Amino acid sequence: MNQDVGFLAHNELQSLLDVLQGAGYRCIGPMVRDGAIVFDELSSVTALPQGIRDRQRPGEYRLTETDSPRYFAWANGPQALKPLVFAPQESLWSCERDAQGTMRFTITQPDHRPTAVLGVRACDLAALYIHDQHFLQQAYPDPYYLARRQQMLLVAVNCTHPADTCFCASTGDGPQARYGYDLVLTEQDDGFVLEAHSDLGKQQMQALPLQPVTQHQLQQVEADMQQSARVQQRRLPSRNLNQALFANLHHPRWAEVAERCLSCGNCTSVCPTCFCHTSTETPAISGELSIHQREWDSCFTPGHSYIHGLTLRADTAKRYRQWLTHKLGSWHDQYGRSGCVGCGRCVTWCPVGIDITEEAAAICGQPAEQGAST
Amino acid sequence: MSAASGELYLPHEAEIVERIQESPSLITLRLRFTDPAVQARYQFEPGQFNMLYLYGVGEVAISIVSDPRDAQIVDHTIRIVGRVTQGMARLRTGDRIGLRGPYGRGWPMQAAERHDVVVVTGGLGCAPVVSVINYIAQRRERFGHLNIVQGVKHSDDFIWRERFDQWRELPDTTVLLAADQGSALWPWHIGRVTDLFDHLVFDPQQAMVMMCGPEGMMHVVIKHMQEAGIAPSHLWLSMERNMQCALGHCGHCQYGSRFVCKDGPVFCYEQVASLFDVKGF
Repeated sequence: MNQDVGFLAHNELQSLLDVLQGAGYRCIGPMVRDGAIVFDELSSVTALPQGIRDRQRPGEYRLTETDSPRYFAWANGPQALKPLVFAPQESLWSCERDAQGTMRFTITQPDHRPTAVLGVRACDLAALYIHDQHFLQQAYPDPYYLARRQQMLLVAVNCTHPADTCFCASTGDGPQARYGYDLVLTEQDDGFVLEAHSDLGKQQMQALPLQPVTQHQLQQVEADMQQSARVQQRRLPSRNLNQALFANLHHPRWAEVAERCLSCGNCTSVCPTCFCHTSTETPAISGELSIHQREWDSCFTPGHSYIHGLTLRADTAKRYRQWLTHKLGSWHDQYGRSGCVGCGRCVTWCPVGIDITEEAAAICGQPAEQGAST
Repeated sequence: MSAASGELYLPHEAEIVERIQESPSLITLRLRFTDPAVQARYQFEPGQFNMLYLYGVGEVAISIVSDPRDAQIVDHTIRIVGRVTQGMARLRTGDRIGLRGPYGRGWPMQAAERHDVVVVTGGLGCAPVVSVINYIAQRRERFGHLNIVQGVKHSDDFIWRERFDQWRELPDTTVLLAADQGSALWPWHIGRVTDLFDHLVFDPQQAMVMMCGPEGMMHVVIKHMQEAGIAPSHLWLSMERNMQCALGHCGHCQYGSRFVCKDGPVFCYEQVASLFDVKGF
């Protein structure tokens, strides 16, 4: 049997968790909470969303139960890997001050437990790669992000059930996981085709009760991936919109979308690549200790562009333009690719259903083409 | 500062050696690290900034105005306008604050050597270019003619009169002042700074222009300087944006594809021309 590929029956899925836990990993996986699929600590496959389907449309996300034996018959929830490496809120350092006013600064050591994540989609792997570039591969690598990132083992799941809001095929990031993971599962009705993509992944595979994979099962993986790309109806008008967006900074569509946009920042919270964060300070009531933190922020807030008495982006049109021209435009100059991985979360979780593909097409003067690409 | 260090975000304690009330809304804090080893290895360039930390309140990005040669005491001129700076205004000599830095890219002082230099500032203080003037003053022989042009809205906004008088005494130096609105005690020009440009002394083929102030003002200055024959590659400006992490991570100072905190705050006009003066960026 090829050591890098095997078949894991549905009733053996628990062994994967057992192996990872036995190797010292805290396991994180998808589960249903508050009507959404979220990632949290997972010790048993019984917590996985077996039989759950998601219905996603602009401004709408609903889960339904089915009789399907599949654990991963859904597209994505509101979270990606972002909260696991770039914490929504964390302490960076603290300052102790004594009665004489002397200050002592102490770095907060980041949590860096070995963590295995089960159920990572291709779009989220692409987003993680982008965050690696931002937080680690620039002049000042971020030590807090690095500590968590170095300890991650990633078990990807090839996406066989894209949502109506997904367009990863047009950004080139999915639905098939192609890089950045240790193991990948492609689910079929009776189990998973399991492939290893790293030495670490191969090590874990050796302890699993795998069956030889059949030619038919491999062909089915290929067919499922093609189908998964084909059913995606949305697409960005181009993979590089940098020039087109900056040539249209005064397009009337910015004002039009601002009429609908609530400036709520949901899109930036659910976006797996948005990295903006703000500094906050939490002084203790004793007056002797203050904790310096960072927490996620959004370019849709007035405070984001505040400078000494002036808010540079005082209205929603300027904020939406800032977000879109960065995400789809200047991100290319910064990191060599678009900041959008086609996960569609910003479309689903926008309370008024603003669709990034539609806005990009309108502003860049191209019709939002229907049908799959690539 | 080591790029791989876990201490990138960590301030060091500094003592206020002297506090100067420049005007009702402007103070200068002269700071020295309390750890002599930290002070000994601290180096900076004109145009760079530090993150100053007020206990329990937070950090703020402030330009360094002193000279790199005098690294034993680092001066910051602070406009009292926000939550952190209002708290800092209440500090006194001997009080402690946090300091991390220096950050950013400063003025092209080496490239400017042997060139005429035109420093144009608008508004209050313009601390980022005070460091340029001080730098040239201390190395006067290395530079060509120095032009210092300061514009204020109202003559009452003008500070540092003594300092400008001292600069006026420097060899081969022209100092020009303008106020949109003057008063009986304003002996200089009433009008815009650009009205004074005919009086500048520079060779347009090689002069370097360094400016800071409101972007609308800089936009007008850039237009005039280009009309005077100065190439865009010789126009330099200091940008202001919300800077929180100072490391290019937090995204607040994003300006097109650049982070002002690490790619600036000083930019060559060529780098920012496409977005300059487009409202909202």
